[in-house]
Amino acid sequence: MIYKSLSSIKTGEAARIHTLNISGGMRQRLQDIGIIPETKIECLFSSAKDSIRAYRVRHSTIAIRREDAERITVVPLGVRI
Amino acid sequence: MIKLMSKRITNSDAKIALLGNPNVGKSSIFNTLTGLSRHTGNWSGKTVDSSLGKCKHSDLLLADLPGTYSLTPRSSEEEVALDFLVFENPKKTVVVCSATCLMRNMILLLEAMEITQNTVLCINMMDEAKKEGIYIDTKKLADTLKIPVITVSARKGEGIKELISTMESDSTKEVPYLLKYTKSVEDAISALAPHFSNNLHLPERWLALRLLSGDHRLFQKIKKEKGVDFLASDSLSDTLLKETEKLKESGISKEKFTDIIASCRVLTAEYISESCQVRGNTTKAIKTEKLDRILTGKGTSTIVMLALLALIFWITLSGANIVSAFLSECFSLLLKHISNLLTTLNVPEFIKSPLVDGVLHVLFRVVSVMLPPMAIFFPLFTLLEDLGYLPRVAFNLDRYFKKCSSCGKQAYSMCMGFGCNAAGVTGCRIIDSKRERIIAILTNCLVPCNGKFPALTTLITLFLIAPANDEYKSLLGALILTLIVTASVLMTFLVSKILSVTLLKGSPSSFTLELPPYRRPEFFKILVRSFLDRGIFVLLRATVVAAPCGLLVWCMSNVSIEGKTLLLHASEFLHPVGKLMGLDGTILLAFILGFPANEIVIPLIVTGYSALGTLAPDTGLSAIGTLFRENGWTMVTAVNVLIFMLFHWPCSTTLITIKKETKSTKLTVLSFVIPTLIGFTLCILINFVSGLFI
Repeated sequence: MIYKSLSSIKTGEAARIHTLNISGGMRQRLQDIGIIPETKIECLFSSAKDSIRAYRVRHSTIAIRREDAERITVVPLGVRI
Repeated sequence: MIKLMSKRITNSDAKIALLGNPNVGKSSIFNTLTGLSRHTGNWSGKTVDSSLGKCKHSDLLLADLPGTYSLTPRSSEEEVALDFLVFENPKKTVVVCSATCLMRNMILLLEAMEITQNTVLCINMMDEAKKEGIYIDTKKLADTLKIPVITVSARKGEGIKELISTMESDSTKEVPYLLKYTKSVEDAISALAPHFSNNLHLPERWLALRLLSGDHRLFQKIKKEKGVDFLASDSLSDTLLKETEKLKESGISKEKFTDIIASCRVLTAEYISESCQVRGNTTKAIKTEKLDRILTGKGTSTIVMLALLALIFWITLSGANIVSAFLSECFSLLLKHISNLLTTLNVPEFIKSPLVDGVLHVLFRVVSVMLPPMAIFFPLFTLLEDLGYLPRVAFNLDRYFKKCSSCGKQAYSMCMGFGCNAAGVTGCRIIDSKRERIIAILTNCLVPCNGKFPALTTLITLFLIAPANDEYKSLLGALILTLIVTASVLMTFLVSKILSVTLLKGSPSSFTLELPPYRRPEFFKILVRSFLDRGIFVLLRATVVAAPCGLLVWCMSNVSIEGKTLLLHASEFLHPVGKLMGLDGTILLAFILGFPANEIVIPLIVTGYSALGTLAPDTGLSAIGTLFRENGWTMVTAVNVLIFMLFHWPCSTTLITIKKETKSTKLTVLSFVIPTLIGFTLCILINFVSGLFI
């Protein structure tokens, strides 16, 4: 199993959440919107300097900052068709 | 008609809570149900950040709770929502979910169902779901959850009658679905629950869960509000210790515990929603995505934002100019008639003059200057908001705010500040982190509001651009205004950064931003509602704040000591300071007297120069220009006035709002000092530097 960070998942690629290496308020916030292990997540687009990216998760679009995405490990699922 | 009253809501009124994620159309439902009569009320003596309203076709009182993703109090929205459910004991809690995002919305529903038995699921946006090929089996949902399930399309007004009758009906005897956690967690809950028996309608199971999650705030609040101290019991503490040990032995630490709770909720929501709906091609999502690539793309995002900003300014300014002129005419006519009427009634001069020349004159001036731009800007802004574009602005600008240790949501409040600084301050509520919210509040008045635009454009037109064609004046004015606004935005970034490094230290907080799909805004509804809301605000402000100011100005212009009016005395007193700043005493006095309303600063300067007994009438622009030049104005003076207009103390309404929102005198004083200091320093600097070269 190759684990990568969410921040390495580029536009148009999908992945499955493995672990959240974030604690405290941010961890709970992510869980509140449904980002838990085994959740499918797709990267939709990113901002101008790539500081924040928009992801599709559980039928909604959520933007997550790069430094937070770096602390979420995922299993890549390849490019979505 | 609209009634804006502070109505005392008694505890006996049947309350219905409207709960839901942000962007599900909760407020749309609330507005549809309450119509145009909205009462802002305090109940039980507390001020709450929700809207209260009376349902149009029934006796129910509706509370529009803040949009929130969960009921675990980590931010003020969650606290407000939870506190309402726990302490206000609503008859029913309507959880509004969007049919396009049912799975995630249900996470909150399941949590709400643990707190109160009387929940109703209201699925909104059914029309959108149908377009996307989403079919929801509401009967199966109702059978699984064992609560009433109503489908609604707030936009189209469908399903509203059923919703009202469901809210009015008494609760059924059916026991709603209860979420079950893993065995070890359930064991711990069962062991603790009996300690929480109470007559406060609070479920024991839920209280046990909260204790295990470490929510001390809840129990402290229960003790404070209801006088029941659950935690005082020794047997409870013992059981808690025992259960926590047992959980630790099973490998469940505190963090793992909250993980399990969250996972169970999320997965149950997933299971139930997936088993009750069929989803087709999400074409809307793809369309939104394509549009977003442009609106957030590398080069295009900034251009689009600036262009939209310039467009909104241009529409506001050109539209407002016409309407302001018209209103001005009407008001001066009205004033003449009132004056004549009072003379005919033999009202003595010492009553008539302050009333007509003081109070009414300023009141009418404020309304004619402030009402048109506000009535155009805010509906436009709300349209953008309803469209769904504003989160994209937050998305694009997040990088810059992150550098200032703040977050992209500050962009919202900043944009609202363009309309009215007080509204911008209130808009800061959407920022979760307290520290970041304070930064946003303190820097909000660094951007110019609608009240300052006329002054800024006057100064620009008179002193900074050569007399151009009338056609192009509006456009050129809008462009220069956009430039000035950009400069003030940069100042906002700078000050935010400084604040976050000095007085409000801290690192950027946890930040997620939802980007809802683009929706066609409900044009008519928004325009009417926004127009009325803003209209009332301006009229209230004019009456409460500007009218007394008018009286003061009249007194100062007409009361003389030692042959000189008070106005003259004051401006002479301020002259040295004014000169230091590249202004003069009259100008500085005008700013001080203009504290209640920035719109009257320029008229006050004219008054001062003309030694009139009343606020100067609306003479042409060129006449003002001549008057200013006669009184020693140069381009440097104009630049300094411009700078000080941008950066001086917040207006009285904003200051009051800041006090209300922050509940701190210290912060209110700080919000007064920061822009003043900036303006003061910049003016002195420019004056000094220009003195060296010119």
